[in-house]
Amino acid sequence: MAEKMELNEVEVWDGNYAASQALRQAQVDVVAAYPITPSTPIVENYGTYVANGYVDGEYVMAESEHGAMSACVGAAAAGGRVATATSSQGFALMVEVLYQASGMRLPIVLTVVNRALASPLNVRGDHSDMYLGRDSGWIQLDAFNAQEAYDLTLCAFKIGEDMNVRLPVMVHQDGFLTSHTAQNVHPLQDDEAYKFVGKYQPYEEMLDFSKPVTYGAQTEEDWHFEHKAKQHKALFDSREVIEKVFKEFKDLTGREYKRVESYMMDDAEVAIVALGSTVETAIVAAQQLRKEEGIKAGVVAPRVFRPFPFDEIREALKGVKAATILDRSAPMGAMGALFNEITTAMYTTPHRPILNGYIYGLGGRDFAVNEAKRIFKEAKANADAGYLTTPIQQFSGVRGPKLGFFETKRG
Amino acid sequence: MSKGALATEKRGIRELGAEEHVGWDEVPQGVILESFEEELKENVAHIRPEERPYSDFNSYTATVASWRVIKPVYNRDVCIDCQNCWVWCPDTSIISRDKQMIGIDYDHCKGCGVCVEVCPTNPKSLLMFGEFEEIEEALAKWPEKKKKS
Repeated sequence: MAEKMELNEVEVWDGNYAASQALRQAQVDVVAAYPITPSTPIVENYGTYVANGYVDGEYVMAESEHGAMSACVGAAAAGGRVATATSSQGFALMVEVLYQASGMRLPIVLTVVNRALASPLNVRGDHSDMYLGRDSGWIQLDAFNAQEAYDLTLCAFKIGEDMNVRLPVMVHQDGFLTSHTAQNVHPLQDDEAYKFVGKYQPYEEMLDFSKPVTYGAQTEEDWHFEHKAKQHKALFDSREVIEKVFKEFKDLTGREYKRVESYMMDDAEVAIVALGSTVETAIVAAQQLRKEEGIKAGVVAPRVFRPFPFDEIREALKGVKAATILDRSAPMGAMGALFNEITTAMYTTPHRPILNGYIYGLGGRDFAVNEAKRIFKEAKANADAGYLTTPIQQFSGVRGPKLGFFETKRG
Repeated sequence: MSKGALATEKRGIRELGAEEHVGWDEVPQGVILESFEEELKENVAHIRPEERPYSDFNSYTATVASWRVIKPVYNRDVCIDCQNCWVWCPDTSIISRDKQMIGIDYDHCKGCGVCVEVCPTNPKSLLMFGEFEEIEEALAKWPEKKKKS
């Protein structure tokens, strides 16, 4: 039996340590990993727990991230609770197997510490890797700080393993800003945490020899579409279970999560929509603007990036006159991905706020409170004018001549 | 098409792609396919293939030999039951019982000819013939023993 760890009511953990503690408390059967910056400490810490007797499961050192996720697929199909961690290039190398895992409906948990994608090589945080996973069929939860990285990792097991879901789940946090910043974290004790996550329930496991099954079958044009449609529906249907698990977590800890988080949105006239640690920067900016200039600013943040909260976004932004959507990933010849999804959701409502987008923070470029305030004020100017006064897509924090694309066509 | 040795009612009854096409709501979750129609009460290795409750998702019930153009024909009169062909066949299409060679499973044999290559007898106990050649005609054409030169 694994040793128990006695935790203080408040621990000082960074996001990586918080995620690794959640993996330990979930008593994962197999962690197969190939460490990569900035998520290395998650599996490094986990390896220490294994070596020191705090984990009963296996720790497999793989030859690459492709191998690591492949081992995870094998272990999950065999019938175990499985998790790993990665970032950036490692995430990119895993991509092929991510689609295999979700197609086989294996509830693997992947803790992703978001980092830019080369070239040029960069170890700092942006959302390129998170965006790369958005069509992979995984549920994607986004933590904005270390406490949330811990909480959502525990929730991830319970969501993915629910018999009505059976899908793999990623828990994202921002490289360095969250992963390496020590903060106060309120953990659960081991028994409490494990009781919340629950004992792993296998489904059609390969190690049940009385009922042999085939995983990874080939289908062509006559079957493939039906399977993909079923999987897509399972993702949208997981919304209900996600809400149920968040409710159970709130009942246990008092900490509340929603598919879309709204801050100061009750009377907000302008809003910033963002992901990751930027959400907290935008909240501080909104608080200051409300106090200093009386601008009714609010922040909307998808907590669940996939399944995309199309319904909740429409609710969250229904009262604003103008909103700016921030994308921390180079869209390379398109509008930002989050911008596209938010604007699509809002276009299907009778109330269509003025929307524009910013590309910001690539490769770990700082995004500070003053810049968030400037963007809020720009949104306020749009709201007052009644139309978009700037290009639809702009860049925040890049050196050189001002960069912007496309104007709104007005009648 | 000839079905070969120890064919049961279920072996090779389906052509691939001829199955009933159900909708997204009826396909199995995760494309996880069950090999057998019922839970097995003993180790499957101890149950003979023709007695296993294979499901429609198992390739036992499908014929996957439609692209074969030449087939191996087995001649019992020359065979010494060495089991070389049984060991080497990549599609487990050589049927043998108690180390006695019985014949070929034509529902799964792809006609690769490995069994003929590894057959040590003189003349060979397995030879390749055209797919549509009758077995009796093939056996009537069997070559004589070659003299040592």
